[in-house]
Amino acid sequence: MITTIAVRDRRMSGMGVDASSWGAALVRISPYTFSAIGIAISIGVSVLGAAWGIYITGSSLIGAAIEAPRITSKNLISVIFCEAVAIYGVIVAIILQTKLESVPTSKMYDAESLRAGYAIFASGIIVGFANLVCGLCVGIIGSSCALSDAQNSTLFVKILVIEIFGSALGLFGVIVGIIMSAQATWPTKLISGIFIVIWILSLVSRRKNLCEDSESFFWDS
Amino acid sequence: MYGFEALTFNIHGGYLEAIVRGHRAGLLTTADYNNLCQCENLDDIKMHLSATKYGPYLQNEPSPLHTTTIVEKCTLKLVDDYKHMLCQATEPMSTFLEYIRYGHMIDNVVLIVTGTLHERDVQELIEKCHPLGMFDSIATLAVAQNMRELYRLVLVDTPLAPYFSECLTSEDLDDMNIEIMRNTLYKAYLEDFYKFCQKLGGATAEIMSDLLAFEADRRAVNITINSIGTELTREDRKKLYSNFGLLYPYGHEELAICEDIDQVRGVMEKYPPYQAIFSKMSYGESQMLDKAFYEEEVRRLCLAFEQQFHYGVFFAYMRLREQEIRNLMWISECVAQNQKSRIHDSVVYMF
Repeated sequence: MITTIAVRDRRMSGMGVDASSWGAALVRISPYTFSAIGIAISIGVSVLGAAWGIYITGSSLIGAAIEAPRITSKNLISVIFCEAVAIYGVIVAIILQTKLESVPTSKMYDAESLRAGYAIFASGIIVGFANLVCGLCVGIIGSSCALSDAQNSTLFVKILVIEIFGSALGLFGVIVGIIMSAQATWPTKLISGIFIVIWILSLVSRRKNLCEDSESFFWDS
Repeated sequence: MYGFEALTFNIHGGYLEAIVRGHRAGLLTTADYNNLCQCENLDDIKMHLSATKYGPYLQNEPSPLHTTTIVEKCTLKLVDDYKHMLCQATEPMSTFLEYIRYGHMIDNVVLIVTGTLHERDVQELIEKCHPLGMFDSIATLAVAQNMRELYRLVLVDTPLAPYFSECLTSEDLDDMNIEIMRNTLYKAYLEDFYKFCQKLGGATAEIMSDLLAFEADRRAVNITINSIGTELTREDRKKLYSNFGLLYPYGHEELAICEDIDQVRGVMEKYPPYQAIFSKMSYGESQMLDKAFYEEEVRRLCLAFEQQFHYGVFFAYMRLREQEIRNLMWISECVAQNQKSRIHDSVVYMF
């Protein structure tokens, strides 16, 4: 018991935190927790943004289409832009969950491992919240677009340009999120790589020994 | 929170706001009014109106038409729109829409009481009432002898009950008292509506405050001008002014002591928004004042549509429709009496 505490204290001071502080508690949270929360936020908050935007646009579109039925087909574009935001969230969540790998327990709290966990978490938050505000933005503009189109059909294309700029915000979030997730390298690969190298070397050296033995056998006979 | 209405307004109000904006697109434009002004008789007017949103309401009317029929059917469209919106609305929008009716209720009450005073038949009076201001037991108003009875028999069950607290006297109803009663009720109604809008907050509060303040100031000026030369004392006159608006409190003090129109003009010209109105009229002329006020009101109501996600658009739409019906009444009367030169005296163009 005392030895494990001593090991933990040494490891903590190696990482620069006092062993009984909030910082210590934070670094002892499993990186898988952070990863899982990141993936959940990526999909959950993106869908929240998309749904919020769709209802804002949809309610105005339905009411305006009563007096001006011609606007319905064109203004579905606003709803499609909001939906795209949800799709970004799904794509990034799928990418993030492929980055999860198993790590042996001894390596789970290494700096490398924590870094991978934080990278997935941050990626999820980036994508989730960027898509939340993007969905809101596109939804509100879509509502104004439907109402303006009902009054004056030349306004539709002009307001659509504003909406396109708004939907670019979600794309920024996705790009940065995917770049962040490329940082998510877990330590297993390196260690197993070393094991593989050692194993190959051992194979080669065994073969060399076998050859030398067989040569001496031939020479003797 | 002001500025973030866009996030949650559409949950309850998005559909109705879109509908009211669709109705606004159906208001008559200057081109429509020009067509109507060139009509020779009421059947021409009916034909022109059948191409507008009033078509379904007028198409079954037999000729010969009367002006009152046209106005009645057009008012029916306003009532249908209002009822459709009211039945779809949730709180607090339904309370807001109900508030729009109370002004008409007050007008109806005064109409019936005045008519009874002048020995008119109750049924005839009820037919003249504005349909938006009808309530059950309105016919019982003809029975009341003084204000206390009026309150106790009829009005205590209506939404107008809280506005009556300042009116409860045992005096008999005569013309003067009825006018004072009307203005006192309207004052209480405007203040109540103003407080309600302030409670709603956000864009609704800002836009409705501007519209209601203009209404209060306009009524103050009209009360002043109408009571010049009557036996209404200065204190009584001051009690009829609402306690909000641009003129409150210093403008009211000055208006209360005015004895003729030029003094009123002198008071109003100190306030820049009203100076523009009064400068359009030359000295000594007050007929144009009504039209100038209507024009300013229509300008402000059209501005209310510039912003989205607030309740002011409903109020603005109802007022614009009422103004349009007033325009149609004036045009029909001028055409029916063959005085087309006077049409432009009183038609207020919207867009």
